[in-house]
Amino acid sequence: MTAKKFWSWLAVFVAAFYFIVPLLATLEFSMRMRRGTYSFDAYRSVFADDRFASTFSYSVVMALITIVVGALLIVPTAYWVRLRMPYLRPVVEFVTLLPLVVPAIVIIFGYLRLYNSSSWLPLTNTDMGANALLVFGFMTMSLPYMYRAVDTAMRTIDVAVLTEAAESLGASWPTILFRCIFPNVLTGVLSGAFITFAIAVGEFTMPSLLNRPAFGPYLALIGANKAYEPPALAMIAFAMTWVSIILINITTRLQKGAAGAR
Amino acid sequence: MAATQPLLNRRLITDWLGIAPFAIFAVMFLIAPTVYLVSGAFVDPNGNLTLQNLIDLFQPNILAAYVISIKISAASAIGGAIIGFALAAAISLGGLPSWVRSAVLTFCGVASNFAGVPLAFAFLATLGRLGLLTIVLRDVFGFNLYGAGFNLLSFLGLTLTYMYFQIPLMVLIITPALDGLKREWSEAASVLGATSWQYWRMVVIPILWPSVFGTLLLLFANAFGAVATAVALTGSSLNIVPIVLFAQIRGDVLHNPNLGYAVAFGMVVITGISNFIYIWLRMRAERWQK
Repeated sequence: MTAKKFWSWLAVFVAAFYFIVPLLATLEFSMRMRRGTYSFDAYRSVFADDRFASTFSYSVVMALITIVVGALLIVPTAYWVRLRMPYLRPVVEFVTLLPLVVPAIVIIFGYLRLYNSSSWLPLTNTDMGANALLVFGFMTMSLPYMYRAVDTAMRTIDVAVLTEAAESLGASWPTILFRCIFPNVLTGVLSGAFITFAIAVGEFTMPSLLNRPAFGPYLALIGANKAYEPPALAMIAFAMTWVSIILINITTRLQKGAAGAR
Repeated sequence: MAATQPLLNRRLITDWLGIAPFAIFAVMFLIAPTVYLVSGAFVDPNGNLTLQNLIDLFQPNILAAYVISIKISAASAIGGAIIGFALAAAISLGGLPSWVRSAVLTFCGVASNFAGVPLAFAFLATLGRLGLLTIVLRDVFGFNLYGAGFNLLSFLGLTLTYMYFQIPLMVLIITPALDGLKREWSEAASVLGATSWQYWRMVVIPILWPSVFGTLLLLFANAFGAVATAVALTGSSLNIVPIVLFAQIRGDVLHNPNLGYAVAFGMVVITGISNFIYIWLRMRAERWQK
């Protein structure tokens, strides 16, 4: 028993060393900007750059649009498949898992070929079109997580009974969807939403190849041109990841609590 | 009979209308782009069917890119799987205090999502030429890391960096499987006189191997498709598949669009095979987790 404990502690300590040293090093490096002393100058410089705010808010807006459009697409689909077309479930599940098989860079490569300026649907010609493509790209990337989260939440409610009850009380389809189904799967939508957010805000490949002014390409640009700002940005990104993981944990706990209470 | 027939059709039509938005989205933004690239890999610039693009993948610089990508992905997946398994076993079966377990799991949730460009920055600040660890090793221990032949922009450096998200992913996926080992099984084994080695060899490993091997493949595909970390870390100095494809999309560096499609097709084949086996093994593994 003591040997087992010894090895367990050893494993945890070795892992802790590997995980904490890069964080300490990043923090230390980010504070080296002023010669001879530690300071937060690099952070000041990061926040003073207008492009930090503009690219970050652009990415946040795109992520939020992705979440809303994604939820409006996924929830009705998952609902409909459960209610009316259970025989399609394997197919739909297979399709939602495809983005794990096809890397993001390949998907965006396909977009650039199918929707470029000389194609039948020249989405890359206008800013709005390119933004739309980016949102669709984010939606595709988050599809496996969003669909699973919503579908898991839907498993705990009986969609057929809820629908019949609402129908017999005279509810219309929009009422059923938005006032019965959505509130019941909200925790699933939320945990899918945070994962989508974490994916979309820092994503580099898609916005970079679509030439969008997003946060990921900005980070890469800073990385290529500055010395002390990149580690400062890495620390900020790490803090933001931490916050979204805490939010995911809270919502999944709420979800488990709701499922347990049933 | 004639009266019910149209009614049935109408129901069928509403059924399909309900799924139509998703179907259109999936076809336009997931299936069609992939099919377009895959079919493009099999034609020449004039539109004739050919296997030449796939044969051209075996020219030295592209083949080298695939080989080094596969090596880095495999090394970081195997390393991540071994260390991640040890860590998961420690927190699941090691009898550690419960705060250690929840701290490790929460941190793994964060670290498995801490990829991309910021991760590259963190490792440059750690093991780059002016990184903290490099300097401490040089000034305190008198060991010149770069003099000893280490380079962050190399096979070893990239593998070490990728393991930062590989290990946590392994921990997150394999801990539930380890938790699923029922206490009764180990008790039954020891009642029957099994040593703990026999218990592991004849009970634990047969139950866990689909999860472990499946996760290994997932980690492999995960590393193989990682673009941002590689681009941010190495610029375009390291010749690996995602960087080749990135440069090809940017500016047709291969001077043959169809060869570019073939590179993308090769990527899909490799991540596709490993993910399909992962999903299949996962379904196998779930039998034991009920």
